Amino acid sequence: MRKTDWRIIAGTAIVGVVCLIWLFVSGGLIWAALEENERAATVAAIGPRIALLFLMWAASLIAVWVILGYLVRYFMTAPARLLENAQVLLGTDVKRKLVPDGSPENKKLTELINQLVDQREDLRAAMDQRVQEASRNTELEKNRLAALMSELTQSVVVCNLDGRILLYNNRARTQFRALSKAPAVAGGAELIGLGRSIYSVFDRKLVAHALENIQHRLQRGAATPSAQFVTTTQAGQLLRVQMTPVRAVKMPAEGSDEAPTQTNELTGFVLMLDNITRDFEDDSEKDRVLYSLTEGSRAAIANAQAAVEVLEYPDLETDMRERLLSVVRDEIHGLGKRIEEMQASSANTLRSRWPLEEMLGADLIEAAIRRIEATLSVKASTDNVDTSIWLKVESFSLLQALVHLAGKLQTECQVETVQLRLQTSSGQRACLDMLWSPLGEGTKAVLGWEMEQIKVGTETMSLTVQDVLTRHSGDSWVEREAETGRTFFRLLLPLAAPQEELSADMFLRSESRPEYYDFDLFKSSEHSRSLDDSLLTELTYTVFDTEATGLNPAGGDETIQIGAVRIVNNKLLHHEFFEQLIDPKRPIPPETIPIHGITPEMVKGKPTIESVLPAFHSFAQETILVAHNAAFDMRCFQVKEQATGVVFDHPVLDTLLLSAVVHPNQESHRLEAIAERFNVTIIGRHTAMGDAIVTAEIFMKLIPLLAEKGIRTLGEARAAAQKTFYARLKY
Amino acid sequence: MSAKVLIADDEQNILISLEFLMKREGYQVSVAHDGQEAVDAVAKDKPNLMLLDAMMPKKTGFEVCQEIRSNPDNADIIILMLTAKGRDTDMAKGIALGANAYMVKPFSTKELAQKVRELLSAGA
Repeated sequence: MRKTDWRIIAGTAIVGVVCLIWLFVSGGLIWAALEENERAATVAAIGPRIALLFLMWAASLIAVWVILGYLVRYFMTAPARLLENAQVLLGTDVKRKLVPDGSPENKKLTELINQLVDQREDLRAAMDQRVQEASRNTELEKNRLAALMSELTQSVVVCNLDGRILLYNNRARTQFRALSKAPAVAGGAELIGLGRSIYSVFDRKLVAHALENIQHRLQRGAATPSAQFVTTTQAGQLLRVQMTPVRAVKMPAEGSDEAPTQTNELTGFVLMLDNITRDFEDDSEKDRVLYSLTEGSRAAIANAQAAVEVLEYPDLETDMRERLLSVVRDEIHGLGKRIEEMQASSANTLRSRWPLEEMLGADLIEAAIRRIEATLSVKASTDNVDTSIWLKVESFSLLQALVHLAGKLQTECQVETVQLRLQTSSGQRACLDMLWSPLGEGTKAVLGWEMEQIKVGTETMSLTVQDVLTRHSGDSWVEREAETGRTFFRLLLPLAAPQEELSADMFLRSESRPEYYDFDLFKSSEHSRSLDDSLLTELTYTVFDTEATGLNPAGGDETIQIGAVRIVNNKLLHHEFFEQLIDPKRPIPPETIPIHGITPEMVKGKPTIESVLPAFHSFAQETILVAHNAAFDMRCFQVKEQATGVVFDHPVLDTLLLSAVVHPNQESHRLEAIAERFNVTIIGRHTAMGDAIVTAEIFMKLIPLLAEKGIRTLGEARAAAQKTFYARLKY
Repeated sequence: MSAKVLIADDEQNILISLEFLMKREGYQVSVAHDGQEAVDAVAKDKPNLMLLDAMMPKKTGFEVCQEIRSNPDNADIIILMLTAKGRDTDMAKGIALGANAYMVKPFSTKELAQKVRELLSAGA
């Protein structure tokens, strides 16, 4: 039964009381106006019927009750109900028609609200449709880009400014395989992967130098700046890298029709890689043959020619004639032998020829001055720089050479200032001179510096200044200027044909990015926070599992398999994995085979732990290690520290402990039990890879549950795990 | 008095011809077989003209040239570099380091004799 509205009770009571008061007041007044006999007559007339009076009063109250009830329902409850219903509509996505009720005004209001709701739904549907369309387009663009990239025969890697890889194509993956130091084990997966640092492949300084070059050209208004460098990788491969900047896009003001324009601010870079090891070897061999044919033969021909010409003198003594003839025979024989050798020779000694880059001479001088002043306490300035000169140079090593020479001048000759000069020599080559005023004796002290290995700061390169110039088919020497008394290093460098530096606005339209390229990849930037303060959702993880011959690593049990996957940006990357069987160099106990399914035949001929652990270490570099019951795996690695030379000092998270944090009342925290709790499908349980994937999926489900408990950062997760009961068990 | 000519080359096969040629031209000829020998020979008996091979053991022709020129007393020695290195950079280097002339092997002996005559008459 519905509860009676208090307003009706109150209203009825008020009306009843007012009626009673009116009755008594009017009765009293009438009573006061009556004569004595009239009062007696009234008492006699009304007295016995007084109950009737009160009955009437009560009856009229019932009428009041009913009328009030109707009025309240009509004017007050109906709008209140409408309010509640409207609030529900406002707060939720529920779509329903309200039934008109109450007064005509109230009914009209209800209809109006119904219309508003309809309008809202239409708008929402339209918006949904547009969002869907947009995301379908984005998806399409992404797929198109992906298809395009995978078709490319050149490897492409896109990085943000921190050098983190944001995008790479298939070709790059195969290329990195060739760069891997452990190709059989990690297959390049330790080098390339989303979120990995490109600096594990390239020297950070090379990349920084190329970026600086690009930045500089951008500021000077060049339309399509790009830089090129050649580098050797740790695996001894020679790579030519073309770098193109990814520039920030400036959105036009709201409402204007202009297309977004590029700014000079860099947000990342695209690297196109060419493995030129093979080409380079071929080139070098050709070079060597050519060199030996020309320069090597010159001397021999000269000898023979001189001898023949002397032989033409008629007054030659027999003895002399015989000697000269033997010279001719000797040289001709030598030439024949040389050609035979050349045909048979295979490339051993190689002379380097490095791809050179065209660069405005004035830019190089400016870069050199900046570099010298940044590295040394030597003042550098220009002295007569021909700004029309274009050079063909490999600027990185050339700048290193200049800094090296300036550094030597400072330390050995106490030179405080140097000048750089650039001019052409007879139009064939450029002369880059580093001038200084010697304090003591002229050129003696600096003789032979070009043959020393280049040193910049604490670093020593494997090259000498002479090597750098040989790369440029140039040369260097020390000379003294008679007029001024100054001394200078002269570097002869090859010239390039002058180029027009095209201005940026000429190209801005046509050069803007093709349509398919609008990923928002460049937002993620390195957070300077320490790892412990980093959010669990933002970190990169290597989730792994191992299989072993037994449970006692210190007592001789060996790891026989490692499997690992990566979690980057809260996504499980199935294609960036590490899976390797390991030859334990000991028998596998037959009773353990049913557990891990690895037979002695399977591990025969596989790499040993000495080569697998370093490769896994590289695979896991700069990530957090995650494992189920990580203590066991970490103990296995620790036992091998001496043998492998690698120490796993990564931060470690244990899904067993984290599960105990989230569900302290659960009995079992075995992998199977947790997987069941989280409804994670178990595939290939008890292969290292299968378990690693299950662990990864569980870990990703644990992260939001930990957040509910206020555990959001790595530091908090580690602290919480430490406190659990399981953490106190010693392995 | 006839001019003194020092021939510095490590190849016996060309020394025979050059020595014969220079003697025939009427110069006093001495011979050095490597860079160090050439420097020593200059110190002992200063020649008027040197035929200097660029590629020699112990000291290259470039080094010999630079060393000789670093002593102002030797400024009047005429240096004619002979070399199998035909690149323009080598030529520029030779001239920059103080050689008076530069001839690339192979050369004609007549031209060489002519060049030597010219250089000596210009220097004298």
